[in-house]
Amino acid sequence: MRSFLINRLSQSLVLLVIVSIIGFGVLNLIPGGPLAQYGLDPGMTQDDMARLTEQLGLNRPIWVQYFEWAGGLLQGDWGHSFRDGAPVLNVIGRHIVATLLLMGSSTAVAIAIGTWIGIRGATHRYSVFDYTATIGAMVALSIPTFWFGLIGIYVFSLRLSWFPAGNMYTIGDGSVLDVLHHLVMPSIVLALVHIAIWSRYMRSATLEAINQDFVKTARAKGLSERRVLIKHVVGNALLPMITLAGMQLPSVLTGALVTETVFTWPGMGRLFLDSLGYSDYPVVMGLLMFSAILVILGNLIADFIIAIVDPRIRLA
Amino acid sequence: MTKITTKAASYSRRDAMRLLAAGGVLGLTAPHLLGKPAFAQTPPSAPTGRVIVGLSQEPTVFHPLMAKIEVDDGVHFSIFDALFRITPEGVIVPNLATEVPSLENGGISEDGLNWRVRLRDDVKWHDGTPFTAEDVKFTLELIVNPDFRAWRTTGHSQVRDLTVVSPTEITWRMEEPFAPYMSFLTETFIVPKHVLEGEADPNATAFAQAPIGTGAFKWGQRVPGDHLELVANPDYFGEGPYIEQLVFKYIPDLTVFYSQFESGDVDLTGQVYITPDRYQDALKLPDRTITMVPKSSFESFYLNLGRPQFQDLAVRQALFAAIDRKAIIESLYYNVPTPTETFMPRQSYYYNPNLPVQEYNLERAAQILDEAGWLPGADGVRAKDGVRLAFTNSTTSGDPLREQVQQFLQQTFGSIGIEMAIENLPSAVMWGDFWQQSQFDSVIVGSTWVIGADPDVTNRLHSGSSNAKGGRGSNNAQYANAEVDALLEEGARTYDPEARREIYFRVQELVRNDLPYLPLFQNVSIVGQKSGIAGFVSNANTRTESWNAAAWYWQA
Repeated sequence: MRSFLINRLSQSLVLLVIVSIIGFGVLNLIPGGPLAQYGLDPGMTQDDMARLTEQLGLNRPIWVQYFEWAGGLLQGDWGHSFRDGAPVLNVIGRHIVATLLLMGSSTAVAIAIGTWIGIRGATHRYSVFDYTATIGAMVALSIPTFWFGLIGIYVFSLRLSWFPAGNMYTIGDGSVLDVLHHLVMPSIVLALVHIAIWSRYMRSATLEAINQDFVKTARAKGLSERRVLIKHVVGNALLPMITLAGMQLPSVLTGALVTETVFTWPGMGRLFLDSLGYSDYPVVMGLLMFSAILVILGNLIADFIIAIVDPRIRLA
Repeated sequence: MTKITTKAASYSRRDAMRLLAAGGVLGLTAPHLLGKPAFAQTPPSAPTGRVIVGLSQEPTVFHPLMAKIEVDDGVHFSIFDALFRITPEGVIVPNLATEVPSLENGGISEDGLNWRVRLRDDVKWHDGTPFTAEDVKFTLELIVNPDFRAWRTTGHSQVRDLTVVSPTEITWRMEEPFAPYMSFLTETFIVPKHVLEGEADPNATAFAQAPIGTGAFKWGQRVPGDHLELVANPDYFGEGPYIEQLVFKYIPDLTVFYSQFESGDVDLTGQVYITPDRYQDALKLPDRTITMVPKSSFESFYLNLGRPQFQDLAVRQALFAAIDRKAIIESLYYNVPTPTETFMPRQSYYYNPNLPVQEYNLERAAQILDEAGWLPGADGVRAKDGVRLAFTNSTTSGDPLREQVQQFLQQTFGSIGIEMAIENLPSAVMWGDFWQQSQFDSVIVGSTWVIGADPDVTNRLHSGSSNAKGGRGSNNAQYANAEVDALLEEGARTYDPEARREIYFRVQELVRNDLPYLPLFQNVSIVGQKSGIAGFVSNANTRTESWNAAAWYWQA
């Protein structure tokens, strides 16, 4: 157990260093840079640009900049945003709640519905339900989220006025009910794709479990079909789903780029897009490291849970 | 009537005419100086209600002197005041100052070097501390502090011997006479010395996260990535404010931006306004007022004269003759913008109306090229002395209207043996070194060349302003004309508007003949607002729709 942890943590550390080097390198290789936004300003001269470049330390060799950034990170200093001057961790912190709310609710919906559809599709294989679910999943997966989002806004906001046309809350209101009202459409739109993915995985995992010998044994022992399904089939089918959930953890916290943009949701996905657009290096790097850490954590947690749930697996 | 308007009105007619000339942009939308509505309506006695301004970019820089972009301006104009302000008519009027210094009133010495500005004595910062000349001195010094990440320093870097004569009077000397400085000062917001002087790092201040100004609105709260809320400053020295809250709402997606205006979530569309393709649709919305507002920016087919194929004037003339501007404006831009021959905004006092008007004539274009010796080669593309008449054209990717213009021009040019390839780049790449170091062949760009209403364009047209040739500036076309250089130098030294007018008329004439860029049209923004908002006046001499939110109110 301990050797497993040490092993995994040291692997993770190497991984983080590699990710940071690649990220930093690629980010700095992109032509343009943080000052391109002033390129069309009528009054900014090249002297102003050169001065800002030097003040931001961008004229130094890239490895010097990298070591300064990495050194800061090791001491807990994630740097300051070029755009609004706030510490990177504050910037991330101010966007994470919105994302957690949106992704959390849509993931919960997706897992519940997706698991149910998957199990039912597998136990009623080739039924009308199964075909409908399969086609539905294909449709949901192949139609882009932004299209769903825009159609949703057009139909349910502009025409029917059931739900607001985006935003997280009404400015000046912001009560729990108000937020929930705003949450409905984006979380459903986002959940659609996830339901599709979850139901497909769950269906195949269930199908695989159904044909296992222990299921036949359970039936032979005279257990009720319901008990066989819940205890023996679903229990085993859920194992790969834990890994899937672990891999999805980062996305729950890093947000959905498209959905957040369409629904004007002030979350992490949009923060990432904006920071990239303005070449806000410290924030982009912060987000990159943040999600890398989450990927590692998610996998680690999934491994632990599987080890606990599945008696065949021992961590070593 | 408030003090500001009384002051403005106390000028003699002659003064006003002169200032009008100094400012430049003549009446655009409203006859009133400070955004008073043209109809008889009275604003509420106490601030009431809230206006939500939609923006497609997020304001993030709140220290008004730090490097910033256009969208931050609306916030700065609302929280802060500059010494002077510029009206929609282009008149420079006092704001924190009590008079606009000039040669006539002795505020500027005959040689244009010594400036004296008198200040109001009734202005208080949002924290109650009185505003004084010390704050002005601190502001002008902070801008040129080498450690401070200031926005632009043009003009400010020539200020010497800043002297506080009294709490209401400040003087300085300019290193060289620089007439455009007055326009720069209309966009230089004064910051509080007592809040900022103790800060160890001028770039990381608490002030930058929650600024304190003298303006009509005070800092409220900010939800990053979502919106920014300002609240009325009841002690404001000027007119207004009449609304309790001013909210800037960030909506990045253009389709959603319009949807939220349609649904009523947004009361007024700020930058990027309503796109031309939605103009007709917007006119049909109930209870909305849609206004076409001329901007100072113009769209051009901008050439890099460093490329051999563009060095021949005949090529530039032929390209210009081959552009069907009428079709572009009418079919692609829904007839919203107006054609132009120059960089100077049509409303400016310095706009030269006598320039030759471009005529679309494909045969003439081909003829010009034939006569100049650019003859079709084996591949159908014209060439001369081994140089093929082929080039790339770039613009910010993701702009569907400009992409259509490119395809349209690609076809027309192709039909007379000019090969144009399209290579678009994301904006962060496009406007970096690619643009600033003249690495492009040609670009389609919309840009503002004048600062405020000042006609100075040294930064754009002086031969010393090409970075690729070791200069400093934004003359990325690498244009060089000795006469233009001399005129620009003279223009910056000249304070008399009539003399300047002659100078810049000639500059426009020369540039129109040389065609370092092919002017397409002057941009127009389509501003949508709920009809209940009164007091909204646009101002092409500023970069923001919210330059005077203090005057807005909801009609009862």
